[in-house]
Amino acid sequence: MDALSSLADGFAVALTFQNLLLALLGCFLGTIFGALPGLGPSNGVAILIPLAFTLGLPATPALILLTSVYYGAMYGGRISSILLNIPGDEPALMTTLDGYPMAQQGKAGEALALSGIASFVGSFFATWGLVFLAPQLVKVALLFGPAEYFALFTLAFATLGGIASRNQAKAAFSAALGVGIAMIGVDAQTGVPRFAFGEVHLYDGIDFLVAIVGLFAVSEVFIFLEHRGEEAHAQGASKMINRVTAPLSMLRKTAGTMGRSTVLGFLAGVLPGAGASLGSFIAYSVEKRVSDRNGTFGKGDPRGVAAPEAGNNAAAGGALVPMLALGVPGSGTTAVLLAMLLALNITPGPLLFQSNPDVVWGLIAALFIGNIILLIMNIPLVSLFVRVLLVPPKYLMPAVAMIAFVGVYGISGSTFDLVVMVLFGLGGWLLRKLDVPLVPVILGVLLGGQMEVNLRRELTISNGDWSALVDSWLSITLWGLAIVGFILPIIVGSFFRTNVGKGRSRESDDPD
Amino acid sequence: MSDRILGVIGIALAAFYIWQATLIQESFMSDPVGPKTFPIIIGVILGLSSIYFVIKPDPEPQWASFARTMEVLFAAAVLFGYAYALPIGGFVLTTAVTAMFLSWRLGAGPVQAAIAGATISVGIYVLFGVVLGLSLAHGPWGF
Repeated sequence: MDALSSLADGFAVALTFQNLLLALLGCFLGTIFGALPGLGPSNGVAILIPLAFTLGLPATPALILLTSVYYGAMYGGRISSILLNIPGDEPALMTTLDGYPMAQQGKAGEALALSGIASFVGSFFATWGLVFLAPQLVKVALLFGPAEYFALFTLAFATLGGIASRNQAKAAFSAALGVGIAMIGVDAQTGVPRFAFGEVHLYDGIDFLVAIVGLFAVSEVFIFLEHRGEEAHAQGASKMINRVTAPLSMLRKTAGTMGRSTVLGFLAGVLPGAGASLGSFIAYSVEKRVSDRNGTFGKGDPRGVAAPEAGNNAAAGGALVPMLALGVPGSGTTAVLLAMLLALNITPGPLLFQSNPDVVWGLIAALFIGNIILLIMNIPLVSLFVRVLLVPPKYLMPAVAMIAFVGVYGISGSTFDLVVMVLFGLGGWLLRKLDVPLVPVILGVLLGGQMEVNLRRELTISNGDWSALVDSWLSITLWGLAIVGFILPIIVGSFFRTNVGKGRSRESDDPD
Repeated sequence: MSDRILGVIGIALAAFYIWQATLIQESFMSDPVGPKTFPIIIGVILGLSSIYFVIKPDPEPQWASFARTMEVLFAAAVLFGYAYALPIGGFVLTTAVTAMFLSWRLGAGPVQAAIAGATISVGIYVLFGVVLGLSLAHGPWGF
């Protein structure tokens, strides 16, 4: 009941005119980012973070804007999957399997409506899950000392490369790269400069916003340049929509599917690192096993549309649980949101619920409101979003790139940061070609400093005794989970990829 | 082969990183770990994973053709140029030129690209600079 009264306070925060407007804007922009092939939730949030900053938004409104973008992009991903057979991002991949055949059968409108409703069901109930689960997790997190936090960060790294990457060594490489970059700058505890090579700009370290925007947004522009002329043509897609409503019989038929998929997706989201890709994959696979009696899955079965959409949106909500309660992101996009929180001087984790309840509960309330906005936006207005798909990348990508530059320059006014950002863009492009996941780099840049601080704090307490790192049942459990989390994808991952990999149209390493 | 090259570069990077870490000055007010240890651990992980790439590389990725790769590198050069030109030329002019270039390289015709560049630049300037009041770079003409 405690959670419910806090939530009521949250609604008071979220229902102000400014915050409602930002939620509306975020949902709208997010849906567009999600719908456009190539730009997923991580890119959308990464591009808008610097802007939210330069606009000088306070913490709560900024978070409301960005999480609305996140939820909106999770909704929007299905549009190009259904109409063009191109997933806007990885979680939307499973939706192509039955969504596109439905569109080919002239049922694009039904498929869009059904997937919109499934998205709503998934994220609405996942947000309830967040309300009740996050405060419980906080109670556990209050037992955490520096050793436990160190183990928890290791766990996040061990699992984040996980399922989406083909190669665990590459995930480890990527994480080490990120943590290594985080070490640049003046050491907070002793004040000595590290890896700065006498360059004054490096004394402050590398701003993670610069790293994020470079790795995601700028590298995306390079990918587009490389694949010029190979983009899918959206022409005619808007004509495919007949009427955007789902018949009641279709909803009745898929109600059970949505329920099961929501639960599975939410659980997949809560696991650190697994994220929405796993959510939509598990939801689809289980549903196929449970209800595909006539072999209609893959040929335009509505349940095959409802399952992954409910699953990936539920996972998006689930991923916020460890992010808010422990400060450990459950997915790529939540890693970007975590960056946002840290940059606003808000440290996620158990103390967040005590010291900034208005931020947390205002945010959660905004998620509920955002869901309703998205449902309204996505049923009657879907043909508007389909028109956005008609804007060719040759006009869209330059605008995206320039907005990314404006955002970063607006924060610091520093040319050096822009140069570093382009360097990160080039590096990101190379790493993507080599199939090295980018999210661990971001997480490393974000959490590397915290990880070191916790290690050194623990060893100061224990007088340099390293065994203190595995001194409590909690830290031993976390280390155990980290090891399992690192090894398990080697076994499960190949199965996941052989199933998910089919129909992948383009290189994308957005695990969320 | 690409993975092996990545591995070799990674090993070199890790060695350089660890070497640089050993050069970090210890402060008199140090803790049991000090500022060197953690970076060295990170360097070791970087090195170990790089050795793995050399021993067990993934199948060759799909590289772009030479022309396409040059395209990407040239675009990067233009973006570097943009960063340096921004405080000198002002936001509207440099952004218009850069957006025009990108639009052209993404397949727009010269006239289309020029229109797109100008529209994107002025659009962003009006939206972010005028309406939202962001401080964008001022050039010699104040915009």
